[in-house]
Amino acid sequence: MDRVRDSSASVAGEAVELVRVCRAEYRAIGRLTERLRPTRQSIRTLQTQFPHLPPSTLLSIFSQEYQKRMKRSMVRHHAPDVVKEYYQRYRSEAKTRPAAPLLLELANQVDLSPALLARLIVECFLEERQASVAASRHVLNNMLREPYLIPDLLLAKHVEQCTVNDCCYGPLVDCIKHAIGLEHEDLLRDKLRERNLSFLDENQLRSKGYDKTPDIILEVPIAVDGHIVHWIESKASFGDDHSHHTYLNEQFWSYCNRFGPGLVIYWYGFISELDCQRDRGILLRDGFPSDIVTLCQGPARSRV
Amino acid sequence: SQTLTHGPTTPAKTPSTSRSVRTQDFSDRRGNKSTPIQTSRSASRVQLFSPAPSVSPVSGRGEGRRRSGGFGGCASGRQTGPRGAVSEEGVRWDGGGRRSRGVGRIEPVSPPTQVQLNFNNLEDFPPVGAAQSPPVATKPSRRINPTPVSAERPNSKPKSCFISTPLSLPASPPAIPESAGAKLTAGSPHSLQEERELLRKERYVWAVIFSLNNIPVSMMMNLICLLSIYVHADVLEKAYLGNVHNCVYFSVRVLENQFELVSHLDKCTLRLLSENERVGTFSSSLKDHLAQAQENCTAKVLPSPPMFVHSVPFQPATDNRSNFSSDRAFHTFKKQRDVFYGFLREWEDSHKEPGWDFEAALGSRVRMMVSQLTAAGSHSHFARLFQKQLIQMCKGPCVLGSSSDAPDADLLGMLGADSLGRLKRLQQRLVQPQGLIGPCPPPSFPGHQEFFKCFLQTASCCQLNQHLKDGLCQQLLKLDEVSILGPDDEKQRFSSVLLTARLLAKFLGFISFLPYQTSELPSRDIQDTAITLRSKSSPVLDVCAVLRSSVHRRRTILTVPWIVEFLSMLDHIGPLLPFYRTALCLLLQIYKRMLLGRGGELCYMNQLLMVAVLGWLFQIPIFPEDLFFSTDLKEEVKELENITSSQGLDTLPLVDQQLLYTCCPYLGEFRKLLAAFVAGSTSKSGGLIRKITPTSAELRGPSTSRSQQKLQVDLEQAFFHNQPPSLRRTVEFVAERVGSNCVKHIKATLVLELVKGGEKTLRDSLGLEGVNTAKLNDSICAQLCDAGMQALETATRFCSENAPGAVRVLLPLETSPSVLTTAESITTRLATEKACSWLSANITSSGQVQKNCTHKVPLGSEVMIEIKEVLSVAVGPRSEEEAYTVHQIESLLYRVGQTLGCRKKTDYLFLIRQLIERGLLGEEEVGTNWPKLSALSWPEVISKTLRFEAGILTNHFLMAFLVCSCRSL
Repeated sequence: MDRVRDSSASVAGEAVELVRVCRAEYRAIGRLTERLRPTRQSIRTLQTQFPHLPPSTLLSIFSQEYQKRMKRSMVRHHAPDVVKEYYQRYRSEAKTRPAAPLLLELANQVDLSPALLARLIVECFLEERQASVAASRHVLNNMLREPYLIPDLLLAKHVEQCTVNDCCYGPLVDCIKHAIGLEHEDLLRDKLRERNLSFLDENQLRSKGYDKTPDIILEVPIAVDGHIVHWIESKASFGDDHSHHTYLNEQFWSYCNRFGPGLVIYWYGFISELDCQRDRGILLRDGFPSDIVTLCQGPARSRV
Repeated sequence: SQTLTHGPTTPAKTPSTSRSVRTQDFSDRRGNKSTPIQTSRSASRVQLFSPAPSVSPVSGRGEGRRRSGGFGGCASGRQTGPRGAVSEEGVRWDGGGRRSRGVGRIEPVSPPTQVQLNFNNLEDFPPVGAAQSPPVATKPSRRINPTPVSAERPNSKPKSCFISTPLSLPASPPAIPESAGAKLTAGSPHSLQEERELLRKERYVWAVIFSLNNIPVSMMMNLICLLSIYVHADVLEKAYLGNVHNCVYFSVRVLENQFELVSHLDKCTLRLLSENERVGTFSSSLKDHLAQAQENCTAKVLPSPPMFVHSVPFQPATDNRSNFSSDRAFHTFKKQRDVFYGFLREWEDSHKEPGWDFEAALGSRVRMMVSQLTAAGSHSHFARLFQKQLIQMCKGPCVLGSSSDAPDADLLGMLGADSLGRLKRLQQRLVQPQGLIGPCPPPSFPGHQEFFKCFLQTASCCQLNQHLKDGLCQQLLKLDEVSILGPDDEKQRFSSVLLTARLLAKFLGFISFLPYQTSELPSRDIQDTAITLRSKSSPVLDVCAVLRSSVHRRRTILTVPWIVEFLSMLDHIGPLLPFYRTALCLLLQIYKRMLLGRGGELCYMNQLLMVAVLGWLFQIPIFPEDLFFSTDLKEEVKELENITSSQGLDTLPLVDQQLLYTCCPYLGEFRKLLAAFVAGSTSKSGGLIRKITPTSAELRGPSTSRSQQKLQVDLEQAFFHNQPPSLRRTVEFVAERVGSNCVKHIKATLVLELVKGGEKTLRDSLGLEGVNTAKLNDSICAQLCDAGMQALETATRFCSENAPGAVRVLLPLETSPSVLTTAESITTRLATEKACSWLSANITSSGQVQKNCTHKVPLGSEVMIEIKEVLSVAVGPRSEEEAYTVHQIESLLYRVGQTLGCRKKTDYLFLIRQLIERGLLGEEEVGTNWPKLSALSWPEVISKTLRFEAGILTNHFLMAFLVCSCRSL
């Protein structure tokens, strides 16, 4: 528990940790995560290997790497006969040793995320019961979120085991990620208010009919590290190659094209080599900048 | 011949073949037996500036080439070619007799050295024209017309530069007696006296030609030619003036006579010139004058702007959904905007790579994009974006790709001529492959302009082009009408307007004549057909009318430079059409009627700019030569000028050196030439590029909210009317700032108190039983309104305290007291208005009252992560050592409570309702405790209302809490 609290120190913005991860180190982390399962133990393993990095950064990297891994094997697991086989295996095992963490074990055996496996199994369960009608997404999601809605209590218990133990997938993880995202946007706004920097947020922009909306548009541009900043986008994740390039194409360049140069904050750090578009108007930071220069400071100070 | 390579081989537009033919013809006609040595036919003017390290004696004797090659290539064979009228004037100097005298022996170039000059020494100052063959010419005047040959000029056609004075005009001043020529005919060695006399007259001719300036010849080109004579005197010595000393003497004297013009060149050129030892040797007074001019040269160089893509801002007023016909059009354009910038970045990244080709790399994607725009009918939007982006990126001088090594513009000047080694190193760094472009480069699309040009070519989309033409025309005419009142304040604005107009005009010309562009000059028949055909349709822009009006209203300094850009894009047929012919004639007449220096020092730079851009237009290939002799419209222009208004832009000193050099980068050739001399450059690319940074700051008059009291407004307008415009801008500026500061101040003080007060009221009231929330809301709002009134008072006080002082500081000390007082009170009123309008818009209707919470509590996500971990341990599987103590659980619960207590983080009421629904909170307990709930700390709430036995924590609660949090966040 203390671990979790430590990791959030930077989140609360009280201590600004510098998260410098070069590509070589990122690859090292990636190699280590290749065999890891999405459990709390794995996170601890990572922490002992890379003690200088904040746990939140490691979790974010691991989570992104794990998701890439899952996407690669998605097709394999989703084939109808494969799904059927998983369900049969669970059913037969459930009869012999119901107390064992059956779904977790199965997930480990086939290298699938426990939460994703749980989803497949519940889907099968619902199909079996309702025979013809495919289970509605809504019902399915509710059951995963609150396993005790599942009529089969044993299955409910196993599903719960999966969703609570999976640190990369599942409704709880989604919820936490969502919360983290909002909190960082909040944090960003707080920091701006603290600095008396007036801004328009996403909602205000949307109401004005902007076609692309960064989290923040500064009403008065600032300079960070000599670079002009008109907009700020908050990303409560680690900036790796894949996600950064996706964001560049879908968001950052669009912002640049409309609002001029801006700043992206990857609160959990980023591969340092990615910060190479500064002259093109995209500056990367791993926290709220402390070296902000505003318009009136320069001459005013020199006059004093 | 080697000699040849030291000068531009040929006029700019003359491709090698045609020229060589003509030269051949020339020498043959003169009965010259020796074959012209045809080296470097296609060489550009680069060679003009590269002193040759060695000269082959054989080639040095190349008959008939002396004149053209030797004289820095300034005179050329084309003088004879098609224009018999002027051919004889050159011939006189070409007898070749000098050479036979052996005066013209070729020596290796020696570095300039200080020499003791003995003007009576025939070795140092050999007679000019001695032992010449019988001259043909009777006039001693000659003109030197170098033009660069440039291989990359697509529009070039075989054409020589115009070189002569219109016959009707007195080219040779009466002061030059016929005997000057006669003396030369003697064919015997002249006395030194005669020699000096001759040189004196020679330079006098030049000087008169320059100052009369009634010849449609690029003055700049002549000057650069002169400088090249000067710089390359060593090499040229045998060619024409006999020896190095004569060359230098000649050049220095002309420079002296044209000192006014020279003194308007940039500081660096002046410095290089004044530090050149040759100047000092031959004319210490010129040296002194140059040094003095250099000190007076005040041109400031602004720091160069950052060079990333400045995008066109998204403006809801013109860009949001309501401006599009359908959702689909809106979203298509959203995508296309990004796609367009994607192309731009790709081009920036790769266009300099060898083998990269716009069409090959982007062609199909560009056309795909354009076709999608067509499908969505969004061309007008894209055309606007395109035009704005063009202005944003290309208005200033081109510094693409050189931002990193952009040198201090005066670095060269500071170094001076003595730091040779450093200079050479510097040169290595600064030199660009096409460093030297010659004094009359063909029209080009430098820097980012190339992207826009290639885009249009590749897209080849008539819809887009039409929308662009509409937009460009509209904005050009708008810019042309811009009112500029005085030079003091409006210089920068003028500069910005002029540069923008020139850019837009070039692109308008490009798009308009694009359909007619052909690589070859069409045959006469095709020409005639085309002329008949195209005379029927109306031109895209009535340039003639615009020109006439500009002359009439004395606004040529703005109009002519952009019309020149527009017309420089003409296709082969274009100038033959009556309409454009008229326009060109008008320009020619304007040029002829202009006398440099006539308007006094005040507008010298204006005139210099006009002369430079017009001279350039007349030299580029597209300009029809026969027009030079035309006297069409002469009377009309004369009349137009006679009935001009007395006031106009032309009478204001609006052009400064920076603008001049930005519009005419080829003026930098002077400096490059001199720098190359200093550096003793042998580098082929040799030449130094100086960055000239644009003055692009546009002061935007802040809009001020207008008072309803119309009379006051009218009085105010009247007040400003007779004051300098800077006063109005200062007032508006100060008002805007003071108003804004006032708002900030009120936000930071009063609003904060209001929020605290409001929140307290809310909390107090919630503590009472049976509170009517609607009523509560009303009363809080009423309180806020009162406070709002108070804020307005504060704002008024703030503005009247701060605005007057600011205005006083910014206005000139000499401002009369009553003007000052009025300005102060207007500023105060405007500032107050601004502040109050913000306050009334924001305070009274503010729904964003923040809660009094420091938020120094664990974040929701942190608590959730902890809970999830506890749950995963609780649900298992877990290891032996993984266990939580009751204390740990309690501590977690405490933090849960804290987080919930900070209502900012979660939707408090929603969460409670959810917990009640799940039976985790007792409804009765909540009911009875409800009024106090907000006042209680959450740990208390939990302990009081949570339905579980003490010490036993159910997973259900935490799970439910997590789920509820998911929804309430």
